[in-house]
Amino acid sequence: MDLELIQHAVPVLLKGLWMTALLTGLSVLLGFNLGLGLALIRLSESRFVAGFAKYYSLAFRGTPLLVQLFLFYYGLGQLPFVRNNAAIWWVISDGTRCAVMAIALNTAAYTSEILRGGLMSIPAGLREAAKAGGMSPFLRFRRIEFPLAIRQALPAYGNELVLVVKGTSLASTITVLEITGYTKRLMSQTYAIFEVFAIAGALYLVINLILIGLVRMTERHLMRHEGR
Amino acid sequence: MEFGLLQVWQDGWIRAILLGATITVAVGAVSMLAGAVIGVICGLVKWARIFPLTLVVDAYTSLVRGVPELLIIYLLFFSSVEFVTKVATAFGYAGLAESGYAFVIAVVAIGTISGAYSTEVVRGALASIPAGHLEAARALGLPARRIFLRIIAPQMLRIAIPGMNNVWQTTIKDTALVSVVGLQELMRAAFVGAGSTRHPFIFFLIAAVVYLVITLVSQTGFDAVERLLKLRARK
Repeated sequence: MDLELIQHAVPVLLKGLWMTALLTGLSVLLGFNLGLGLALIRLSESRFVAGFAKYYSLAFRGTPLLVQLFLFYYGLGQLPFVRNNAAIWWVISDGTRCAVMAIALNTAAYTSEILRGGLMSIPAGLREAAKAGGMSPFLRFRRIEFPLAIRQALPAYGNELVLVVKGTSLASTITVLEITGYTKRLMSQTYAIFEVFAIAGALYLVINLILIGLVRMTERHLMRHEGR
Repeated sequence: MEFGLLQVWQDGWIRAILLGATITVAVGAVSMLAGAVIGVICGLVKWARIFPLTLVVDAYTSLVRGVPELLIIYLLFFSSVEFVTKVATAFGYAGLAESGYAFVIAVVAIGTISGAYSTEVVRGALASIPAGHLEAARALGLPARRIFLRIIAPQMLRIAIPGMNNVWQTTIKDTALVSVVGLQELMRAAFVGAGSTRHPFIFFLIAAVVYLVITLVSQTGFDAVERLLKLRARK
């Protein structure tokens, strides 16, 4: 492994790191909120409304992210109502925005399943007690249900975060230059396949380790009542 | 409005897509099988903590599970393409490099990934076998081979089925990624069709539906196996 190659490759891949972090951050932000909404919809009383969330999650978890990405990036532009709608066109027309949308919609499906499990694990008595105490539904959700659900769901959500980071690598297939995009380019430029892979792989491992560390810290913070 | 549905029927694209779907299932099944073999071996190593080997297995599983699948596919593909072409040409099979080779490299890549996840599933299943069962078998003086075949393997299989179902679902979806290195599977067929008819929407939609059918059908299959292996209360 020669020094010149490292000096050339590391700054390029660090540029990609920024893009990967941006894609991850935005997709997680959007995907978490969407997923929370879907989880609540799924638990609603109306069968029709709950059915929507169910089939949404079925469709997005049953197909590869790559297909979803291509369907949005290449496919949607063909539909006339998409082309005439300025807001949707703004999202679709750019690789980065389109990737964020696809990854966010994808992770929302997985997140909704994780959060649904958390919400269902709340003992009915706690909910009833909050109701009896006169809390409004929103206050009840904010003070009682959500904190309990997230505590339950956090370990599984940590795994999902790692999957999102890995999912952002697919953005390279629709012209977005993040770590994997630059890696592919460097591999074909320098032929130093293993060296470039080692650097890129190390960057991904570092991102994942940081995320897992953050999740563990949050977990410990939420479980602080348990003592040690 | 015309989305090219007619063209899909008339120009025989449906055949290409169905052929692609067959290759997708084949790649998925062979990789899953390879992954399961890797998983059982590495899972046993991890569970039994055989000293120098556990370190290797730990490195393997944490690397593969922490790095994007696409990157692993690029590594295996780019690092081997030159080597394999050279070997194939030396033996006078220059054409082979294009046809069979993509399939082999796809199976190697997807099998490596699926193996890492299977390892964790197998390790988890082994860990949940009650220690008392093993102690009892040892106290009875059963040889190690019999203990594995009669005590460990049946319980491991039963506990690991739901986890293996998850691995299979991700494996079949991961096969879409090998389309970027040129294997003519479902995703590639849809991509080629989308490019030459200029109707990407319908082609990727069809691909999505076919993937959905594959995952849903295999889900019912796994559910059936799970029910079959469930312990029945004695009458």
